[in-house]
Amino acid sequence: MESKKTCTGPDEGLDIKDSSRRNFLKQSTLLTAIALTPGTAIKAAADHVDEQFAAVFEKMPLKMEVNGKQQSLSVEPRSTLLDILREQLDLTGTKKGCDHGQCGACTVHVDGHRVNSCLTLGIMVNGKKITTIEGLAKGDQLHPMQEAFIKHDGFQCGYCTPGQIMSAVACIREGHANSEHEIREYMSGNICRCGAYPNIVNAIQEVKDGGMKV
Amino acid sequence: MKKAIDSIMPSSSAGMSRIDGRLKVTGAAKYSAEYTPAGLTYGVLVGSTITKGSITSIDTKAAGQAPGVLAVITHLNAPKVPGDQPEGGKPVPPKGAFKVFYDDKIYYNGQPIALVIADTFERALFGASLVKAQYHTDKHITNLPDNRSNGFPPRGEGTYKRGTEDAWKAAPFKVEQEYIVPTVTHNPMELHAIIANWDADNKLSVWDKTQGVKGTQEDLAHLFKLPVENVQVHSQFVGGAFGSALRTWPHEVAAIIGAKVVKKPVKLVLSRADMFTSVGYRPFTWQKIAIGATADGKLTGITHEAAGQTSSYENFTEGPTGVSQNLYACPNVNTKYHLVALDIATPTWMRGPGEATGSFALESALDELSYSLKLDPVELRLRNYAEKDPESGKPFSSKFLNEAYQLGADHIGWSERKQEPASVKKDGWLVGYGMAGGMFGAYRSGATIRAKMNTDGSLLLQSAVSDIGPGTGTAMVLIASEQMGIPAEKIRFEMGDSSLPNAPTQGGSATTASVGSAVYQACADLKEKFQKLIGNGGTDKPDYAKVLKEHNLPSLEVVTETGGGNGMEKYAMNSWSVHFVKVLVNPATGVVKIDKVACVADSGHIISPKTARSQVVGGAIGGIGMALMEESIIDHRYGRYINNNFADYHVPVNADIPQIDALFVNKPDPIINPMGAKGMAEIALIGMAAAVANAVYNASGKRVRDLPITPDKVMA
Ligand code: FES
Ligand code: FES
Repeated sequence: MESKKTCTGPDEGLDIKDSSRRNFLKQSTLLTAIALTPGTAIKAAADHVDEQFAAVFEKMPLKMEVNGKQQSLSVEPRSTLLDILREQLDLTGTKKGCDHGQCGACTVHVDGHRVNSCLTLGIMVNGKKITTIEGLAKGDQLHPMQEAFIKHDGFQCGYCTPGQIMSAVACIREGHANSEHEIREYMSGNICRCGAYPNIVNAIQEVKDGGMKV
Repeated sequence: MKKAIDSIMPSSSAGMSRIDGRLKVTGAAKYSAEYTPAGLTYGVLVGSTITKGSITSIDTKAAGQAPGVLAVITHLNAPKVPGDQPEGGKPVPPKGAFKVFYDDKIYYNGQPIALVIADTFERALFGASLVKAQYHTDKHITNLPDNRSNGFPPRGEGTYKRGTEDAWKAAPFKVEQEYIVPTVTHNPMELHAIIANWDADNKLSVWDKTQGVKGTQEDLAHLFKLPVENVQVHSQFVGGAFGSALRTWPHEVAAIIGAKVVKKPVKLVLSRADMFTSVGYRPFTWQKIAIGATADGKLTGITHEAAGQTSSYENFTEGPTGVSQNLYACPNVNTKYHLVALDIATPTWMRGPGEATGSFALESALDELSYSLKLDPVELRLRNYAEKDPESGKPFSSKFLNEAYQLGADHIGWSERKQEPASVKKDGWLVGYGMAGGMFGAYRSGATIRAKMNTDGSLLLQSAVSDIGPGTGTAMVLIASEQMGIPAEKIRFEMGDSSLPNAPTQGGSATTASVGSAVYQACADLKEKFQKLIGNGGTDKPDYAKVLKEHNLPSLEVVTETGGGNGMEKYAMNSWSVHFVKVLVNPATGVVKIDKVACVADSGHIISPKTARSQVVGGAIGGIGMALMEESIIDHRYGRYINNNFADYHVPVNADIPQIDALFVNKPDPIINPMGAKGMAEIALIGMAAAVANAVYNASGKRVRDLPITPDKVMA
């Protein structure tokens, strides 16, 4: 059910369709022009002109709300949300630990759910709301989970930490933090090579037991 | 600071929190790949697909024409690295560090053969996929056990003997067994990354993942023949390393070459797969231990042999047999260490280098001996307790390992343990207890600190030291806070930049001892300077701000250099640890669950209880990974790693780990440094793998001698 909403946010939907269509038309006109002259087409292929064309035209518009701010971007369909956050929006709090959905360092919230941003193409989150670690605190006031991670030393090097914290917040929201055992299970998608696991569990339990709003 | 304090077991929320905690939990801490110099470009490496041979041709045309690609660099067109060239008149050394893009030779699978640079990461990655090489392939060997007979002794580290050789043979009780520690990969969560930029023809800046900015600065200055001060190395935050960032690696040099070619900053981030071939690993090591003992458990002889793998182009040694030379009082010890050169990349130090490997064998063998003697394993160790260094005969600067044994045994409930293996079952699981210990030299080297007191009463401390995670800055601030008598919030510690005062590379558990001593002394010097200002009658810790204002001074500053300490001549200096583990083994599946852990560190006075606890817990978890799951597997037909990702290379996850109790004897060492603090990073892991293996035996009666202890081995 969720996947149906992909690519068409409630407001931006039409807009996106329109511009994609315009791009497609422009692109196909040019490609047709090449196709009409076989000699040119072969030479173009040999020189990888097709790829160069593709590179120019294969950009898609992407509108998303990141940490409460609207972003309108033009991205390659192959760009992951992770790389878009880090390289285009300079939101480097979201980390790359594997790029393969195996470590959780890149965890962000998409419409409130925890997601591995390295396994998510940017164009899949069109119209959606993204929250990254940079958007968790309210100004100077840290989120209770951030406070608890500091208090319980839920990290050493800090590299897995943004992903752990985003996951931890979602873990409580999902209702998967009812016991130490359950927390451990539902936090096992986030690897911490420094081995801060017990401290992370303690931090999550404190927030959960404190009944603080996450 | 040398207070005699009682042992402590801090909770996760005890004591002062990290000074950089806020930056780390908000995503504001910037790691090497996260800087954006103007004109930034992206580099992706192409690795060789063969294991040994040479490149006969390399087709870079398609890559070169791919959209956004700025350059494709190979051995054919790379600008020469001056430091890699043979020195005029001098013979070319037969072995040495791998030189990237130097020639057509292939030494290991995944060796970088090309660097593709483009304007975006995606385009560089796609470009890299288009580079095609043809090779001449030679027969490779990547398998140590089959090639152990080709081993050779490393220079100066081959053999050791005291007393009678092979004295164990004549003993009434003996154990002789072989043990395997497989290749284990550091795999810090942060991928190794560098951003390289040539600010001018002879000026280089790098944001680089390194455990030592000064070491990297020197290496790069040497390689590119630049004055040291023309190389700037920034490494403010390091996302873990465990040894993998102790030396300068080929990808760093490749990025710098790339930046020279495109005349723009180049960012190069290794992939997770690259992490298995590019930045070292703990080498596969075969060991054989033989121990003899009298009926009352006195060791009469230890013979320890080890063969560790290295690359074909470089000899890497880590002394795995050292533990047998000095962990126990044993009159007769002989050891032999060989290297086996294989067609793989060079290994490197990984947390507890040498000792972690050696102690797995020694502490497992000792456990085996305890069963044949029908003697409690703790008692066996106490009967062979070394009161002075067995190797040199020197007294220890401090040693409270016997107290550590007691603390750990009490804490885990050792009295519940049954000597008879596989005799306790609870809820369908076999229950067992195991213990093992470790030691590591307590080192200290020279360091310099700049300390500056400002009129607002704030203190700035500066040092080039890196922090790969232990919380170095936090410990330094605590030392300064106590020495100066000002609150920690008033102190700022600047680090991780080569322009700052000299500090050693963070490694060998020596940072607190080295840099901490400099902080301690700098504070003393600064206080003295204040005393001079005040003249007679000044107090030890005056109101600094007031004094500055009274004397109309904007600040007062000292630069203090401390040496490596000279205790080594008279004393043997070590940190010790002992790990107690309770495991559950499923008799139907062979699954091992860690149920309870108590780790005790004898590492002198504890400066920062919260971060010290985390370090011990983290080390224990690393040891659990080594014991139960970690192994980098090569398919020897192709010489290539087949589990080079986090789905197939298993590291402990949250569900694998219970609460871990970290205890500290917390008695200051009177010799090593003014704080009485010794290192703990390595001892936190050393001995852990054996403790788990010993517990698995106690639970199940199954002795697993080749790590990791996977269910198939438990069931075999
Ligand atoms: S970087 Fe996304 S899961 Fe590892
Ligand atoms: S804090 Fe270093 S990986 Fe988790």
